[in-house]
Amino acid sequence: MFRRRGRKPAGILVLVLMLSTLLAACGGGTSGGASGENKENGSAQQTEENTSTALTGTIEIDGSSTLHPLTEAVAEEFGAANPDVRIPIGTGGTGAGFKRFNNSEIAVSNASRPIKDSEAEEAKANGITYHEVLVAYDGLSVVVNPSNEFVDKLTVDELKKIYEPNSTVKTWADVREGWPAEEIKIYSPGTDHGTFDYFTEAINGEAQASRNDSQITFSADTNAVVQGVAGDKNSIGYFGFSFYEENQDKLKLVPIDNGTATVAPSMETIKDNSYAPLSRPLLLYVNDKELERPEVSAFMNFYLENAASLAGEVGFVPLQDDQYKAEKDKLAK
Amino acid sequence: MNKTSPVAVNTKSMTFRRSKTRISDKIIPILLGLCALLSVFTTIGIVYTLLQESVIFFKEVPVWSFLTGTTWSPILPPKEFGVLPLLGGTLLITGIAILFAVPIGLACAIYLNEYAPARVRGVVKPVLEVLAGVPTIVYGYFALETVTPFLQKIFPNMGIFNALSAGIVVGIMVLPMISSLSEDAMRAVPKSLRHGAYALGATRFEVALKIVLPAALSGVVSSFVLAFSRAIGETMIVTVAAGATPQLTLNPLESIQTMTSYIVQVSMGDVPRGTIEYGTIFAVGLTLFVITFLLNILAQWVARRFREEY
Repeated sequence: MFRRRGRKPAGILVLVLMLSTLLAACGGGTSGGASGENKENGSAQQTEENTSTALTGTIEIDGSSTLHPLTEAVAEEFGAANPDVRIPIGTGGTGAGFKRFNNSEIAVSNASRPIKDSEAEEAKANGITYHEVLVAYDGLSVVVNPSNEFVDKLTVDELKKIYEPNSTVKTWADVREGWPAEEIKIYSPGTDHGTFDYFTEAINGEAQASRNDSQITFSADTNAVVQGVAGDKNSIGYFGFSFYEENQDKLKLVPIDNGTATVAPSMETIKDNSYAPLSRPLLLYVNDKELERPEVSAFMNFYLENAASLAGEVGFVPLQDDQYKAEKDKLAK
Repeated sequence: MNKTSPVAVNTKSMTFRRSKTRISDKIIPILLGLCALLSVFTTIGIVYTLLQESVIFFKEVPVWSFLTGTTWSPILPPKEFGVLPLLGGTLLITGIAILFAVPIGLACAIYLNEYAPARVRGVVKPVLEVLAGVPTIVYGYFALETVTPFLQKIFPNMGIFNALSAGIVVGIMVLPMISSLSEDAMRAVPKSLRHGAYALGATRFEVALKIVLPAALSGVVSSFVLAFSRAIGETMIVTVAAGATPQLTLNPLESIQTMTSYIVQVSMGDVPRGTIEYGTIFAVGLTLFVITFLLNILAQWVARRFREEY
């Protein structure tokens, strides 16, 4: 008797456990994916903002990992003022961003190069119209390991020798006479990064044209390029200026000789265009249909109002004030 | 009468309970069976997806050139789809891991089983098993930030991304698998065998090596094979620490790429669906699946073949 009484709840317990696991498995999908970062600091400004507008919704963003720090900084500020708007931002690379943009999966695409003709055609074929917004400038920074003492500068031709398709450069001695015959470890951002497209076009003359052998490592994650250059004595790599700014102590910046002058990337040289040919525009592409949503247009205007002050913080060069105004006017059309 | 009435109530409630028990007796096996079926269907689903997407790939690239090609360059021209560099990278990592984990794991098992006092064993075994619960991404950064800088002091020309460091850390990861399963197998060897050997004047080491180990061989060897197939499928450690340079090399100081880290790399990118580049993910995944599947069959065969019955 007593035993029996003990056993029955056990049977029920098993059933309950099974059901709850099933339920948990079903319900799991809906609760995930929310990024809570926008909720912070919300309460302070909430009272003030709530009187005018209470924006809600989700603004999906993906694309360039280079532009990501700026967009994230803007989204954080925007989220502080509008705690009910969620802004998940991916870093799949500019190409990946446009792919999702053209599938209408995201509202805004971060881009570290202008949209390609093929991508624009795809958007057109899918019935997507968009606005292109310039938000800042960046200088692609070429770096070597800090223990490297012989590289004082590189010419555009030497860079090309290292990175061009079928390159014959094996050691530093192949780049310039007198440099040590140590094998170069070459790093590059992955092939779907706007940084890769921009660099190959500026240096090798054609986007996506690059050496492709066991001496070069492509990393889908730009931080892996930083780790590689910082960890390998005979390394070379390149990425957006902000990645250099964040890791200055682990890297040595290489000035680039473009034939007329030898210039290292900095706020000033990127701004006055003297850091050529490796300075580039950073752009946002926003889907027109999404732009009609009040939270998206509010975010885009907020972006252009705050980019000037935030760009410097994350290592980019802001536009002139009247340029931002012009971009805002473009958006309103 | 006073005494019979509670009995009557009890019988009544008992029959009531019984009928309930019968229902649950019918439902529970069905629920359990459904759970078992779920895992079967999952496997079928995985195989189906892998095959379906790989077929598209193998229409463009002949299986033979995929399996024998020595250059892997699926994204940038000139495009070549030879899986050998990825397979070589995977086997190099796995080889290093097994070379590292087998002797140490076996030594751990022998120590715990034959030498360690019960109290030491009670502490060491759970601690070893904690190693198996460390998230592999943590192992990955352990390899990159701790093991690699240490190894670079020994091999100054070694790159930051290399097969050796990743292989060793994969070895650390599968170590508890080998030590724990081997220890269980050795523990199952009957005491009488040991006592017999001691009676003949054998030392502890002789008992461990010549009596217990051969008797537990089926369990020990299948623990090796399981560790091997776990190491082959390891993803995060190699993605973080081994680099992304598909090349056919036996030099553990070089950066390589494994099948798993290739899949990670391509999935992170923007390869469009339905293209041949997208198909590579599934072709490589299928190759990986076939290898681990064969290894698991091998493990079962080994366990049966070398089983000693007492």
